[in-house]
Amino acid sequence: MSTDEAYDGHVVDARGLRCPLPVIRLAERSKELPPGTEVTVLATDPAAQHDVPAWARLRGHAVTGARTHEADGGPWWALTVRLGD
Amino acid sequence: MVRAYRAPFHHRFEGFRVTHPTAGTGRTHLDNGGRAPWHPLARTAFLQALDDGWADPRRLHTEGRRAAALLAGAREAVADVLGARTEEVRFTPSHTASLHAAVAQVAQARRRHGGDVVVGAAERAAVLHAADHVLAPDGRRVTVPVDTSGRVDVDAYATALSAGGVALAALQHANGEVGTTQPVEAVHEAARTAGVPLLVDAGASLGHAVVGPAWDVLAADPADWGAPAGVGIVAARQRTRTVATGPEDPEPWAPGGVSVPAVFAAAVALQAAEADRAQADARRRALVDEIRARVALIPDVEVVGDPSERLPHVVTFSFLYVDGEALVTELDRAGFAVGSGSACTASTLEPSHVLAAMGVLTHGNVRIALDRSTTRAEVDRFLDVLPEAVATVREMLGVQGL
Repeated sequence: MSTDEAYDGHVVDARGLRCPLPVIRLAERSKELPPGTEVTVLATDPAAQHDVPAWARLRGHAVTGARTHEADGGPWWALTVRLGD
Repeated sequence: MVRAYRAPFHHRFEGFRVTHPTAGTGRTHLDNGGRAPWHPLARTAFLQALDDGWADPRRLHTEGRRAAALLAGAREAVADVLGARTEEVRFTPSHTASLHAAVAQVAQARRRHGGDVVVGAAERAAVLHAADHVLAPDGRRVTVPVDTSGRVDVDAYATALSAGGVALAALQHANGEVGTTQPVEAVHEAARTAGVPLLVDAGASLGHAVVGPAWDVLAADPADWGAPAGVGIVAARQRTRTVATGPEDPEPWAPGGVSVPAVFAAAVALQAAEADRAQADARRRALVDEIRARVALIPDVEVVGDPSERLPHVVTFSFLYVDGEALVTELDRAGFAVGSGSACTASTLEPSHVLAAMGVLTHGNVRIALDRSTTRAEVDRFLDVLPEAVATVREMLGVQGL
């Protein structure tokens, strides 16, 4: 299924946004959340696959999940990070 | 006849004042990789060859022989720089054409040995595409990953080579996007042990760095060292078999022949670049060190590529929360031309496969390749303008305190 219903908890839907906006939206949401929280960002921009893990590394967060969804309008990605301290 | 036309190859290259075509225009061009401005001696050589080498070098009359002599002299000069035999050097229509033909011709000659092609993950797109194109029906492209500096692991590469069924392997001498040099000597040694020919893409290196003898087939890009675009160089060792893959042509590396003036200018420019390589290396290396140090002071930046084992003139960095296209435009407005590997800049949606393979930020990327003529004053002015340009783009995106 290529809907975001599969993702509960903190979800940032950045589909349709071009780089670097998915990472910016994810960073904005992460700022409001305590360490240890998991946040999932959904993105159609292929750069998010690379930039979310790079952002997590620079900020001391950990990537805990990455999935590719094939949809009619093209693929999209769901990346989950656990926030560090 | 050849002797008479060797004269240009004995020019004095020292003391030539090289200025960038943008000098005095208020523009500073820091995007010189793969398309450097013409070296003044390339221009002189090109004009001379327009007079002496306009004819078809395959014809037997005086004019044709004169053009053929220029071509022969150019071939000899290039071979001399490469440490190759003259007959091992061929000219092609472009660097991309060189890489396509080299992969295809070696793969064709090695059909009986295997159908796989081993490549580094940060190879030029032309190499990756050529590898996919020539794969045997049951062949695979084996991609050896790179670390965060952009370098392949020698053991991983050697393991891929020793698997058997490998037609050829390709490894760049250095990466033109991030500057990191590759362990070509060790990989060439492993390739020899495995009996696999190694194609070395020296397109970003030759004219800037010592390339050395660790290759079976080598490709180099004259447009990268200040010669005209529209000509490429391939050298294939005599021991390395190649088989032409295209339609029948007397010159399978360049069907229909090459532009004699472009080839002649390429050879003269290479000699000129070699003549002041050591000096240009020290000067540009120091400028890149300064760029790396000062850029690192800007908040939320990742300077990528190996800090020391690298090309002397290439430096790349990515700014977090910055749109690469907006930054290139902002810098352009301020008078500075830079490159970028960010997807947001290109017509394509995919970011640089090199940055992606390294696992570094692909957005907000700036790529700089200094020309020989780039001055310290230009670099200083760029470094003065850069922090504000980054801040402006972040402001446009509404980024604050992230």
